[in-house]
Amino acid sequence: MVTIKETLNEACEEYFLPGNSCCSGCGLELALRWAMKALGPKTALVTPASCLNVVIGLWPKTAPNFPFINMAFAAGASAATGFDAAFKAKAYRFPNKDWDKITTLVFAGDGGTTDIGIQALSGAAERNSNILYVCYDNEAYMNTGIQRSSSTPHSAITTTTPFGKKRYKKDLPRIMEAHEIPYVATCSISEPLDLYEKFKKAKDIKGCRYIHILAPCPPGWGYPAEDTIEMARMAIKSGLWILYEVENGIKTISKPSKRFLDPIKRLPLIEYLSKQKRFRAVSEKQLITLQERIEKRWKRIEADLEAQKQ
Amino acid sequence: MSKVKDIIQNKETIIIKGNVAAAYAAKSARVQMISAYPITPQTTVVEKLSEFVDGGLMPGTQYIRVESEHSVMASVIGASIAGTRTFTATSGQGLFYMNEMIHWAAGTRLPIVTAIASRGAAPPWNIWADFTDVINSRDTGWMSAFCATHQEIYDEILMSYKVCEDHEVLLPKFVAYGGFILSHTSKPVIIEDQDLVDQYLPPLPDEKGWPHIFIDPDRPMMHGNLIMPSGFYSEFRLKIQDTIMKAKEKIKKATKEFERLFGRNYGNGLIKEYYMDDADVGIVIYGDLALQMEQAIEDLREEGYKVGMVKLRYYRPFPTEDIIEIAKKVDVLGVMDRGTAFGSPTGGPVSGDVLASLYNTGIKTKVLPMMSGIGGREVSLEQQKDQIKILIRLKETGELPDDLIHGTLWHGKLEVK
Repeated sequence: MVTIKETLNEACEEYFLPGNSCCSGCGLELALRWAMKALGPKTALVTPASCLNVVIGLWPKTAPNFPFINMAFAAGASAATGFDAAFKAKAYRFPNKDWDKITTLVFAGDGGTTDIGIQALSGAAERNSNILYVCYDNEAYMNTGIQRSSSTPHSAITTTTPFGKKRYKKDLPRIMEAHEIPYVATCSISEPLDLYEKFKKAKDIKGCRYIHILAPCPPGWGYPAEDTIEMARMAIKSGLWILYEVENGIKTISKPSKRFLDPIKRLPLIEYLSKQKRFRAVSEKQLITLQERIEKRWKRIEADLEAQKQ
Repeated sequence: MSKVKDIIQNKETIIIKGNVAAAYAAKSARVQMISAYPITPQTTVVEKLSEFVDGGLMPGTQYIRVESEHSVMASVIGASIAGTRTFTATSGQGLFYMNEMIHWAAGTRLPIVTAIASRGAAPPWNIWADFTDVINSRDTGWMSAFCATHQEIYDEILMSYKVCEDHEVLLPKFVAYGGFILSHTSKPVIIEDQDLVDQYLPPLPDEKGWPHIFIDPDRPMMHGNLIMPSGFYSEFRLKIQDTIMKAKEKIKKATKEFERLFGRNYGNGLIKEYYMDDADVGIVIYGDLALQMEQAIEDLREEGYKVGMVKLRYYRPFPTEDIIEIAKKVDVLGVMDRGTAFGSPTGGPVSGDVLASLYNTGIKTKVLPMMSGIGGREVSLEQQKDQIKILIRLKETGELPDDLIHGTLWHGKLEVK
C-alpha cells in the first residue's frame, strides 16, 4: 500500500481538467480524475452515452487532456476493441513507436455497462480484448434524469420507479468474474488511494480488465453535494459496497473493506439509507430483508475466500 | 482452384464465389483490420478472410470475431478512428442491427468499406437477393454501389478504397451484390497483381492516421462531444451532403483510372449504358438482374427493337445528371427495383429517385416503375424480355398496363386467391 504522501508526489499531474461541467459533488469527476492520474497520458478513452459525454464540456470546449472519443450507448467495449486492434496493426507497421503501449480505456456509466452495453462488454471479456473497462456506478440513468437501471438498488425511488424499485441490484463485478478475465476490481471514490493502486495495477496487466467504481450522485440520490465522500464511505462501512479485487481468479478483500468482514463493525444499513431521499419509501420489513442480504453476501465472499485456500 | 485464362484480357483467373472475390479484394487492398459476425449469405466472406489472416497471408492484419453486428461496426469505427484501413461484410438483418453505428461511421467521416451480400428483410425470414437491406441505409451518409458480376465485386471494393480514402471525400461505402445469386455461385475472377493494386490504391494511412481524426497522446483530440443547435451541427451535416455529391467526380475519376490500369470498363462509374445511343425504349436496372438483362436487350435488338439499358452502379450519390441525359434519349424508360420502399410514391426506391431527378426538367419521357425478383425470386431471361416488351407496348400504344399496383408494375408475382 502506498502512502498518501507518496501518491500525492507521484500523482500531481491533472488530466481531467478544471472547467468541466460536472455537478458539484459529482462522484464521476473524482473517479475519472484519480483513474487518469494512475493511467497517465498514454491513454485513449472511449465513453459511451452517459453523464461523461456532457460534463466534458460542450463543443468546442473540452476538459480531458488526453484522446477522448464519444461513442454510442451500446458500443463502449466494442469500439475499444477496435482501438486495440488498430494499435496492434500500427505496432506492426511502425515498430518501436510504442503504439501497443497505449492503454485503451472505456469509462461507462452503470446503464451503459449493466444494461445496454453488457453484450459488447461480455463479448470483449470472452475474447479477452486488451482493454480496461471501467463502470462508474451512480446507480441509475442520471444523465437522462434519474431513471432506474439494472444497477439501481432495491427500494430506490427513481423517475421510473416512483414507489421504489422492486428488484435487486445486478452484481456486475460477479458476472465479470465469471468471464475469467485477468483482473476484476471494485472501487469507491471515497478511497482514492485504493482506487489509484488498482488502476496502476490494471494498467500493467494484459487482456480484459474490469473495474467497477461506486460513484454517488447528489441530485440522483438526494443528499447535499458536500456529502458525496461520506455517502460512498457509508456504503463501505455498512458492508453494502465491498471493495475487493480478483486477480487471475484469486479474490482478496481490499484494505478499506477488510475490517467489515466482522459483522459487528458494520454500520446498520438504515444509517446509510436514511441519509438519501431516494430510499424514503423503504418499509421496515424490506429493510430487514436488505440487511439480511448484506450478511448473506459477506458469507458467500467468506466461503469464496475459504475455498481459495484449499 | 482451377485456373483459366480470361478470354478478353488474357489474364489469369481463378474460379471463385462472389463472397470469396470480396475477401480477395480486402486482401489485395491490404486492409489492416477486419471485424465480422457471421450472417447468411455473407458468411463465406469472413470464413475466407479467417483463412487468409490465420494462414499468415495478411501479415499484421487484425481480425476480431465479435459478438454482434452492432459491435462489428463499433469496432471497425474504433480501428478506423485510430488510423487503419478497415473492412467488414454483412447482410440484411445484420445491416439493420448495425444501423446506429452506420450513422456513426458517416458522421465521423471514416473511409470504411463494407461488402453487403444483400438479402430480403424479415419477417418472414428471407435470405435471398433483395437490396432492401442496403437501401435501408440510404440516408446515412454512406455511399453505396451495386455489383452485377463476380469480377465487379472484386473491382468495386478496390475502387471503393480509392474513393473513400480521398481526403476530399472521407466517407464510408457499401458494395452490395445479390445474396446467393452472386455470393454463392462461382465464376472466373481476375485477382490482380499486388504491385498493380498498390500502384492504384492510395498508400495505407501513415502513422498519424486520417487528416481529421486520429489518436495521438502527444496531441490529444476530443471527438464527438455534445454540440448545441447554435453550434456547427447543421454545417457538419451540410458538409456530408456537399461531399457525397462532389464525390461523383471522384468516382468517375477512380473508375477511369481503374480502366487505364486494369483494362476493365465500368461506364462512367455511376452508370453504364448498353445500346442506349439509338434506343427509344430503355430500362434502368441494378445488381445481378442487370447482367441477365444485357442478354435480354441483345435478344430484343436481334428481333429489331431499338431497346437499351442503363446499369445503375451507384445508388448514393444518385447519378441525377446521368439519369436526366438518359431520359432525354428515350420515349419510355422503365425502372426496375429489386427492393422495397413502402409508402413511397412508387413503392420502389430507385424508381422514386428517377422520377424525382426528372421533375422540373421538362422531359416528357414516360417512366414506368417496375418491381421484380423481390426476396430473391428467380427472374428468367424470358421474363426480362417480357418486361422490356411491356415498355415497348407502352411506347407503341401510349397506354399503361392495366395491372399496375399504385402506379407500379409488379412483374412475376403469384396469383393470390
